[in-house]
Amino acid sequence: MAGAAVLGRLAPLKWRVASLAELVDETPHARTLVLDVEGWEGHRAGQHVDVRLTAEDGYQAERSYSIASGPDDGKLELTVELIEDGEVSPYLVDELHHGDTFELRGPIGGWFAWDPAEGGPLLLVGGGSGVVPLRSMLRARPADVPARLIYSARTLEDVIYRDELEALGDDVVLTLTREQRDGIRSGRVDADLLREAGFAPAQEPRIFVCGPTPFVEAVASELVELGHPPERVKTERFGPTGR
Amino acid sequence: MEELDGNGAAGRLREVFALELTTARGQCTHCGNVGALGEARVFMDAPGLVVRCRSCESVLLVLVRGDDRYWLGAQGMTWLELR
Repeated sequence: MAGAAVLGRLAPLKWRVASLAELVDETPHARTLVLDVEGWEGHRAGQHVDVRLTAEDGYQAERSYSIASGPDDGKLELTVELIEDGEVSPYLVDELHHGDTFELRGPIGGWFAWDPAEGGPLLLVGGGSGVVPLRSMLRARPADVPARLIYSARTLEDVIYRDELEALGDDVVLTLTREQRDGIRSGRVDADLLREAGFAPAQEPRIFVCGPTPFVEAVASELVELGHPPERVKTERFGPTGR
Repeated sequence: MEELDGNGAAGRLREVFALELTTARGQCTHCGNVGALGEARVFMDAPGLVVRCRSCESVLLVLVRGDDRYWLGAQGMTWLELR
């Protein structure tokens, strides 16, 4: 990249045309968009993109979506949860058809990102659709890096990537907050669960927490109270309503 | 109003800054807290982008986009370390 020698100068972000190659229903409210993006040069696990929709009258709406695919997956994937009164997600989830196009720019964000070279262990804590960037990290993880995902969903039906996560066995601990199911934990992610299922502070895990703001605040402070240094607890919040 | 964090502001900030801002550390002028902008509170629905200190909620930075210009206010930050 020309000019890269000047500190960590980033290339200008350009809006690119994305076209829908495939749709995957994840839950009754969330779909994964598999995209072909003109000139896409790859991403780091945990990064996001901005999506821009333009109405016929020129009105534009922008939202950020985490990248769901792993860095080596080939196609870019976004998993979008439907926000009923949203401006962007109803279109992406319900109205987009194969071959339709929209604009996006990215990859964006160097804070909530993980590279395999940074090593592990990797402790990932997700609430609801906060699991999306964490799935990208799990896909990026080499077999020799221990990882644990603690994932809180409302009901079993709301669990995104269910088959993929079940195949990871003990690396994934699921808890349901609004439903009781045999063989599955119920209740919120609290200190006991983090102590039992997370890595001990002495193991120096790299920690990523993503979800609605109250979930992230609660989990991050529990982790710090358990003795994890705040600088190793990286967080991403997406507001009370999701995005 | 929807609250995000500094990660959610990263795309908009990249329109103006050539260096990564989510990993940049800054100090709040009001309370002295030092933290990464990725962790700060962000409100995108205001007339511009408003970044507030996670500790004391003071405004750190405001970025407003007009038709042909940007306005940047950063009175709430003592310093910002970019790398």
